[in-house]
Amino acid sequence: MSTRLARGGRLIDRSKPITISFNGRRMPAFLGDTLASAVLANDQMMVGRSFKYHRPRGIMASGAEEPNALVGLGAGPRFEPNQRMTTTEAFDGAETASQNHWPSLEFDIGAINNKFSRFLPGGFYYKTFMWPRSFWKNVYEPFIRQSAGLGKVPTDRDADRYEQAYAYADVVVVGAGIAGLTAALGAARSGKRVIVLEMTPACGGRAVVDGFAIDGQPAEGWVAAAVDTLRGMDNVTLMTRTMATGLYDHGYLMAAQRIADHTPGDGRPKQRLWRIRTAEVITATGAIERPLSFAGNDIPGVMLAAAVRDYAVNYGISIGDRTVIVTNNDDAYRTALALLDAGLTVPAVIDARPTVTGALPQAVRDRGVRVLEGRGIAKVHGGKRVTGVEVCVQAGEGAMIEELGCDCVAMSGGWSPVVHLWSHCGGKLLWDEARAMFRPDANRPPLGADGRGMVRAVGAANGMLTPDEVLTDAHAAFGDGTAPQTNAPDEARMEPVWIMPQGAGPKLRAKMWLDPQNDVKVSDVQLAAREGYESVEHTKRYTTLGMATDQGKISNINGLAVLSDALHQQIPATGTTTFRPPYTPLTLGTIAAEARGEIFQPLRRTPIHEWHEAHGVEWEPVGLWRRPFCYKRAGETTHAAVNREVRNTRTNLGLLDASTLGKILVKGPDAGKFLDMLYTGVMSTLPVGKCRYGLMCNEQGFLSDDGVVVRLSEDSWLCHTTSGGADRIHGWMEDWLQCEWWDWKVYTANLTEQFAQIAVVGPNARKVLEKLGGMDVSKATLPFMTFAEGQLGGFNARVFRISFSGELSYEIAVPASEGRAFWEKLIEAGQEFGVMPYGTECLHILRAEKGFIMIGDETDGTVIPQDLNMAWAISKKKPDYLGKRGQERSFLASPDRWKLVGLETLDGSVLPEGAYAVAPGVNANGQRNVQGRVTSTYFSPTLNRGIAMGLVKHGPDRMGEVLDFPGDGGKVHQARIVDQVFYDKEGAKNDA
Amino acid sequence: MLILECPCCGVKAEETELAPGGEAHLKRYGPGSSDEDFDNYMFARANPKGVHFERWRHAYGCGKWFLAARCTATLEVFGTYPAQTTEPPAELQAYIKSRRPEWEGYK
Ligand SMILES: [Zn+2]
Repeated sequence: MSTRLARGGRLIDRSKPITISFNGRRMPAFLGDTLASAVLANDQMMVGRSFKYHRPRGIMASGAEEPNALVGLGAGPRFEPNQRMTTTEAFDGAETASQNHWPSLEFDIGAINNKFSRFLPGGFYYKTFMWPRSFWKNVYEPFIRQSAGLGKVPTDRDADRYEQAYAYADVVVVGAGIAGLTAALGAARSGKRVIVLEMTPACGGRAVVDGFAIDGQPAEGWVAAAVDTLRGMDNVTLMTRTMATGLYDHGYLMAAQRIADHTPGDGRPKQRLWRIRTAEVITATGAIERPLSFAGNDIPGVMLAAAVRDYAVNYGISIGDRTVIVTNNDDAYRTALALLDAGLTVPAVIDARPTVTGALPQAVRDRGVRVLEGRGIAKVHGGKRVTGVEVCVQAGEGAMIEELGCDCVAMSGGWSPVVHLWSHCGGKLLWDEARAMFRPDANRPPLGADGRGMVRAVGAANGMLTPDEVLTDAHAAFGDGTAPQTNAPDEARMEPVWIMPQGAGPKLRAKMWLDPQNDVKVSDVQLAAREGYESVEHTKRYTTLGMATDQGKISNINGLAVLSDALHQQIPATGTTTFRPPYTPLTLGTIAAEARGEIFQPLRRTPIHEWHEAHGVEWEPVGLWRRPFCYKRAGETTHAAVNREVRNTRTNLGLLDASTLGKILVKGPDAGKFLDMLYTGVMSTLPVGKCRYGLMCNEQGFLSDDGVVVRLSEDSWLCHTTSGGADRIHGWMEDWLQCEWWDWKVYTANLTEQFAQIAVVGPNARKVLEKLGGMDVSKATLPFMTFAEGQLGGFNARVFRISFSGELSYEIAVPASEGRAFWEKLIEAGQEFGVMPYGTECLHILRAEKGFIMIGDETDGTVIPQDLNMAWAISKKKPDYLGKRGQERSFLASPDRWKLVGLETLDGSVLPEGAYAVAPGVNANGQRNVQGRVTSTYFSPTLNRGIAMGLVKHGPDRMGEVLDFPGDGGKVHQARIVDQVFYDKEGAKNDA
Repeated sequence: MLILECPCCGVKAEETELAPGGEAHLKRYGPGSSDEDFDNYMFARANPKGVHFERWRHAYGCGKWFLAARCTATLEVFGTYPAQTTEPPAELQAYIKSRRPEWEGYK
């Protein structure tokens, strides 16, 4: 059984007991424990089940590479699935629950998959789920749904808050083991701004566990002194609990800092995402121990050797009373020594190397432990827990020599440098044959903005595995003088062992796990190779090797080696899969941070926004603006409110908040010339005080925006744009002025937010303005399509006699700060004239009744003005304007283009939005041919019937023809082609 | 995420402050131009793996357009310069040549 030892545990505080729960069972633990050490202290070795076969899974590792130990943590609004127990700090009251099993962890029905495992080999999903079609619904989908996904999705809104912060540095050192600390000290002493990021709460990495001396003092003391020195320097920031998750272009490093993960609800942000810009990154990210591939290596109790040592030294945990160690290197002997020091039994060290002579093995032999040279494990006995191992000759086929009883197997297949950050941004790896590892190729680093390397790897992350190698390498990054020295013994080289024993037959290979979470075995990778999957990227996806939540941290290299062997090629010829950020998963809350709820994105409010809110508004989002869709009265439906607003505006008086309309001032000696290029029509000849409707096209000739242009003075024009187009059109103007016609003397300013604009619309429009008093707004003084500046009811006003409704209409701009007051004044003065505010839906209906186009409805980026019968708005005389050459392209002159017409249903109903008119016959894909489509469709309260506009092939020549528009449920809507102007065809009303 | 120095305001701008504008130094072809010239102006882009001249706007900054010379393969930035020019400055071209001797040069 696994239990807490009476003594030891450098990271736990035995004076601070806490209680956690696992699947409802309360477990005593100490402050400083991880969730993993806490449950191991309580003999909870099995913590989950694997993805495919639902096999029992125990804790394998002690850090971020852990593939199995994922739990749901917390409850309600603080529930988070897939928390890695080995990196999650335990806290009092932590509730955890295991995942991926049903009905219980101990008894799981899905484990039946295990019995059929020979029918579920690599590529099973691809081979099986192809046919027959009917199986999808009844067989495959239920199977996938039952097994898909790890953990449960939280159902409540997250109770926590998250932050993001920016930081800038000359050097970021990732990892505060002895390599990182040495490099950081060197960089700091040379005066650089240094940020040190350490993923765990404490610094020191492996050295403090392995316990050698550095420069004559114990590693622990040396580390504490280095940390103190760094913390005392003004140019250094050292952050623990901070995971560097990804490195991106030009030294952009992301790091997630855990702040209140272990103190939930204390008011601090749960996590903070750092966005760091740095000139250089030093990766001192260490190495990850490799498992060995022997049959039964996935049984709970089989762990990485260094993890067994970590649990003993850091947390005072005994994984088992009897631990068999199996290795191909000297480092694993440190685990034997640590266990012996803790008073535990090591029945033997099984070493795959034929002769073992190093100092560490000798120290173990001296303690009376047998070292079995040239031996391997043929198979592990046990189900939910290891009970023993069969020893065999590594060079053989697995015949048992002896059986060893044990309750823990500590395995070490050597170490792989953590090269993720190095690789994220293009750093290349080399295969170091002597060390049997991929490590960073210093000649091909990730490049920064200046084209020079921006990352250096030091220490174990650079493939240096012995303490003196590590320190020498790290010191060389910045230091001069001599590197720190240790008293660690020399280590003999590890010898690569990719499967154990070397000659294992199919039966054993089918029980050798490479990826314990996804259940990928040696036999699956070999099968993939036989089936022609030669690319490592293809094999990964075919077998799902390395696609589990640990992203192949421990399975990658063994899988590559097995694949290479099966393909009869060297490992570097196979290569690695791509290392992509993030290194460990980021919770979505950290990525979103403050950008949620009301501040998910900025909200633009017109000066009259609050008034709308207080008067029954139903909002419509328009870009970042909110515009009133309509104003509902008590008990009124949206539809009824819209119809009321339309009828009232046509018969009495309506007010529209048009403040969102784009208002761009274009000024200067060349402004007229510029606008003649921008618009299809002529604006330079517009007399001062006059308004003219204009169209803008892109260089392909397609309609881009429209609006009324006003000549304010001799050298200035005001260009109205659509509400959504203001910023885009302003940018478009600046593009041409800055990049093409930079010698033209033109100045533009986007005044959209400087003015509130109110449309005063309806037969009573003039009456209400005359009641306000001030400037002359009579037809004689201010006729249709003119502009004047003056005072209205004491407000400074720009008055435009323009109409988007077909009614008598004044659009009045006042300074934004006075918009609300002016609006309220109009509401008050308008009472006797039947004033009502109206929203965007009413605006749309009013314009559709008049046959006016709307950018985005009648246009979609493929429509030219000529399609909309708007050739009248295009100057024939101008030699050039933006889009003119594009419109000259032959296909745009085709008489077969769809053109704008009005559409009237035969039964008065409303055509469905976007419906297509069908034509006889079918196209090459067997679909009905089409000859037109609906662009705008509304119920017109004025005409008491549905009205629509649409683009129809040869439309204007086909007046009176009836088209079929298939709709939902087999219904076919029939509509007649009519003139697009449904109301006041003579235009008498807006000129009243 | 790129950093480009805006030659107008001098800010070392994060990519999120910038709006991309595609290939630089395109010659505009208007009315009267051949179909082939117009087609090239409108649609044909060099899209090289290597030295590339491109347009950027300091959209969430000073608002100015500027041009950048950049390696699309390594993301090395050779330099940025004002948009009011029809070809890259001579000293920038020389610098690019020093960094990329195999570069065929600006035509
Ligand atoms: Zn700028």
